[in-house]
Amino acid sequence: MTSSRAAFAAILAKDLRSELRTLQSLPAMALFSVTTFVIFRFGLDRTQLSGSLAAGVLWATLLFAAVLGINRLFVAEREEGGFDAIRLAPIDRSVLFSAKAAALVIYLLALELVAVPIFALFFLQDLGGLAPLALVLLLADLGLAATGTLISSMAVNSRARDLLVPLVLLPLVVPLMIAATGATEPLLALGGPGYHRFGTWLMVLGLYDLIFGLVGYAVFDFLLED
Amino acid sequence: MAPEQEKASAEATVPAIRLAGLRRDYGERTALDGVGLTVGAGQSLVVLGPNGAGKTTLLRILATLLRPSGGEAVVLGCSLPDEAWKLRGRIGYLGHEPLLYRDLSGRENLRFHARLHGITGAPAEAQIAALLAAAGMERRADERIVELSAGMRQRLAICRCVLHEPELLLLDEPDSNLDAEGRELARGLIGPGTGSTRVVVTHDPERFLPEADQVLRLGIGETATVS
Repeated sequence: MTSSRAAFAAILAKDLRSELRTLQSLPAMALFSVTTFVIFRFGLDRTQLSGSLAAGVLWATLLFAAVLGINRLFVAEREEGGFDAIRLAPIDRSVLFSAKAAALVIYLLALELVAVPIFALFFLQDLGGLAPLALVLLLADLGLAATGTLISSMAVNSRARDLLVPLVLLPLVVPLMIAATGATEPLLALGGPGYHRFGTWLMVLGLYDLIFGLVGYAVFDFLLED
Repeated sequence: MAPEQEKASAEATVPAIRLAGLRRDYGERTALDGVGLTVGAGQSLVVLGPNGAGKTTLLRILATLLRPSGGEAVVLGCSLPDEAWKLRGRIGYLGHEPLLYRDLSGRENLRFHARLHGITGAPAEAQIAALLAAAGMERRADERIVELSAGMRQRLAICRCVLHEPELLLLDEPDSNLDAEGRELARGLIGPGTGSTRVVVTHDPERFLPEADQVLRLGIGETATVS
């Protein structure tokens, strides 16, 4: 058996190289989020947001931008035979789940590097909450990556892939979004960041990550069977 | 007899492929039914039959990419599907799709497959260079797959198929898209001289029958025959 670490590195490096070369996912995700912020800015007719409204605008935008990347996560494996190649190789198939989830986390972090500063520019006057927000973003990204990878691998063989991913994914990430907005709300409060129940929401995010990470790792092997 | 000799003797007598009453259904349609044969180690089996007779299905079952619906299949001493995991890395599969990523170059693709099979560093680079030379692809190896012709992709797919020196080669129309030079080069990589057990699916019996030890004829709705 090839070591899982070597196989993980090979698949992740392949995915990142392909994305850097083709730019099929990241630019679309970034453009979508920027456009959505513009729509919110003019739709709400507000130049400043805070608290729950700010958290809602930020997370709704990031979530729908993430769906664009999740939709495309396994397209190359399906259309270019990657699934067969991985099933023929002497590797633990769950490595594919880990590597794809890691790639998605990197895409989401790259997206947030673009989207969060623009969000701050459009809507925030106090930037003090952005540093602790990074922890919330990371934990939410891990959960989104675990769930998104699982759903994307199931939907990729369907012709209705673009419809299936949001239909199945969005209900599953409701708890994640509740926790993420709950943790973000005090950080973006009017008058500077607060930490009311911040730790509790972080623990909920961590628990979600753990559960869906383990579920994905456990069932992924079966999903690759014919 | 010493234990090592006993093991070697046992391996020599174990057939590479043993099928009995093999069946595969897709819903209510039966794609393959009642296939039985034994292929010795190092032998070549040529599979013939019209479109839709189940040739590719048979190959994918042997490659562990499909589960049989019934019957018995033992490949390299491993019973399918229960022991399919033991076969990973021991089979070279050349299907209709080249299993190459379009946006990576040929060399990058081969490196990726080498790493999946645990071949890394200098040995991997040497192996890849040797295969590219043998396939006549050294000069085009750093171009993206999407920029190559179908014949060149097939040459790279053959390199990918034999990169990990498999014991069993499963070849679905191996000559497709290849010109005369490509066919000759391919023969050196996946021909009978490699010593691997081979299963070759083809619509070109004149080309492959001379190198066959056995021939399996599949028909639509007919019993498979072995000669």
